Amino acid sequence: MTGRRIGVVVCQCGGNISDYVDTEKVRETIEKDADVVSAQVQMFACSDAAQQDAIREIREKKLDGVVVCSCSPKLHTATFRAMAERAGLNPYQYTQVNIREQDSWAHTHDRGGATQKAIHLARAGVARTALSEPLEKIRVETLPAVVVVGGGVAGLRAALELSEMGISVHLVERAEELGGHVARWGNLFPNDKVGRELVHGLISAVRARENIAVYLGAELLEKSGRLGAFQVKLRTRSKETVELTVGSIVVATGFEPYAPQAGEFGYGLPGVVTLPEFKELLATGARPLAYQGRPVRSIAYVYCVGSRESPDRSGRTYCSRYCCSATSHIATVVNGLDPSVRQYHLFRDIRTYGRYEALYEKALRGGSVYLRYSEEDPPSVTSSDGQLVVKVKDRLLAGEEVELRPDLVVLVTGMTPRENSELTQALKLPVGKDGFFREVHVKLRPVETVMDGIFIVGAAQGPKNVAESVASALAGVSKAGALLMKGYVNLDPLVAAVDPNLCLWCEECLKACPYGAVRPVEAGDKQIAEVSSLLCKGEGACVPACPKQAISVRGYTNEQVTAMIDALAQEAA
Amino acid sequence: MTRILVFSTNAISDMGIDLAGSSHVDYPVGVETIAVPCSSGINPAWIVHAVKSGFDGVFVAADGPECSYLNDCVARTGKVIERAQALLKEDGLDPARVKTAAICSVCSEPFVNHMKQFSRALEALAIPPAAPA
Repeated sequence: MTGRRIGVVVCQCGGNISDYVDTEKVRETIEKDADVVSAQVQMFACSDAAQQDAIREIREKKLDGVVVCSCSPKLHTATFRAMAERAGLNPYQYTQVNIREQDSWAHTHDRGGATQKAIHLARAGVARTALSEPLEKIRVETLPAVVVVGGGVAGLRAALELSEMGISVHLVERAEELGGHVARWGNLFPNDKVGRELVHGLISAVRARENIAVYLGAELLEKSGRLGAFQVKLRTRSKETVELTVGSIVVATGFEPYAPQAGEFGYGLPGVVTLPEFKELLATGARPLAYQGRPVRSIAYVYCVGSRESPDRSGRTYCSRYCCSATSHIATVVNGLDPSVRQYHLFRDIRTYGRYEALYEKALRGGSVYLRYSEEDPPSVTSSDGQLVVKVKDRLLAGEEVELRPDLVVLVTGMTPRENSELTQALKLPVGKDGFFREVHVKLRPVETVMDGIFIVGAAQGPKNVAESVASALAGVSKAGALLMKGYVNLDPLVAAVDPNLCLWCEECLKACPYGAVRPVEAGDKQIAEVSSLLCKGEGACVPACPKQAISVRGYTNEQVTAMIDALAQEAA
Repeated sequence: MTRILVFSTNAISDMGIDLAGSSHVDYPVGVETIAVPCSSGINPAWIVHAVKSGFDGVFVAADGPECSYLNDCVARTGKVIERAQALLKEDGLDPARVKTAAICSVCSEPFVNHMKQFSRALEALAIPPAAPA
């Protein structure tokens, strides 16, 4: 009994809950509990009418906490927080209890059991709310300036669009020139636009902008500060340190083509090249097609080199996305150069998805021959008296071995993450199992990282073709723009906080925190930990580290979780 | 009824558990979930408190390697579990009452299987060993 005045709404969800849970029984049980001064059943708690009812109840009964037992918090937490706010209640004194996805829908054959469980869950929600504090969103100012790391096609496009929004851009490129991989490539799928020209157009546009500063041969060394005002240190070509203050950081560091091991599919033998090497050869535009002075009359492409490997071989279990389409397109380019060149595609699966399927069709019509191999039984590439010999067991011919004697073998190499350990360390960015930077949510938040204000775009986040890289770059631009153009941003206050009475500053929380959010401060006659609510992510890594249980995440305090466990454990009358 | 307290994570495993319900796949009704931000932030004392308060077991539905906060979430969560098991042992309680597994945001089926298996394992624990003849 805390003396709080809590209101509970039990939602029927039009039968989705009430068909399996006795919502009236939940209501009448919870109504008798300590701290509960109002309990209602609604057919749809999220409807306008039900929200009006709840707002009236909050005002008339002077509620200081509200619990809605309905669907998953993922769906309506924001809805009901806003409702609480409209009623004059602090939105962080509202708790959503999931009695649909995690109760009625999971126990459709046990009405009694599901009803008991709903009562437990509702009580846990009340217990948590009874110990809630009013919290304010953290408002921080944001500076209209961005560092874009990486001057490839994604970084260039991002820089231009940010500049267009009136945001100052610092474009940082590690290499001695802008343009990235695409600058070295010739005709690109799907429309035969020349990579070199595409990128040079972007570079001239960037150079013409007054609000874009370009740093070549430069690297980002350090980052401190927070979303809206990061302090960033760069090391320039002349080894000078440049310090910048920016509101946001866009990481567009791209990929590294997979480099085959010596001997992998004959790599190292004369006439065995990778896909990017072949693209560069084609980009020279020399005719007739020749490699090291020798005419090329036949080509064998080996697909999936460095991609889609078994997990016991490497972390490269992913598909590199662009290679099937790029290779089918290359086959059409070669066909255009000289239709008499024979082309053999040794593939595992062809993934020319979406509109790129047309490229595969075109390559087929141009006479390309496709032979399907399996990962367990890969093709062999050897050399006999200077002649390349490729042997492949074609699955489409019931495993019959086919021998080819091509003039050139092209290893269709995939994309791998770049070596970026310094940058990763400086930005504290999470990296996935595959080594690429990791987004917060693959579908819903594809360019955001767990570090607020830092966005990952292009192939730095995972394999992408040019169109996909640019789309992702523009997504990053719109996120950064939305953040910076308003001039301020509100952050969620559910971060860690220290109980100054319990803390003895043993540094365990500092050691546990990966975000540098903890520092010691003087408090009377002792030192205690202080958490920066701007740097803290609220994940709670410090919580189990504290020997005094002095640190906890707001909304998930020791008292709240313990009270929730007690409430769940209590037998439902 | 065997009672299991599940700690899930807001960003990942709670969605996997939601999906089990959305797919109308039943799991034991004695399973109840508290969602927290990240499995690395669970206080081992909460696990012990749950067992002492009447839960037969505690299951930590961890973020696993997919955690967006911490690259080493698996190791950190592992430490939380080890610590909780040590605390249970100190109190003469069976450390097998705590279990963890990574549950991804679409891992509804693995979650349901874990709940069924853990529930059976806990039932077996509840049977007192046969008295010596």
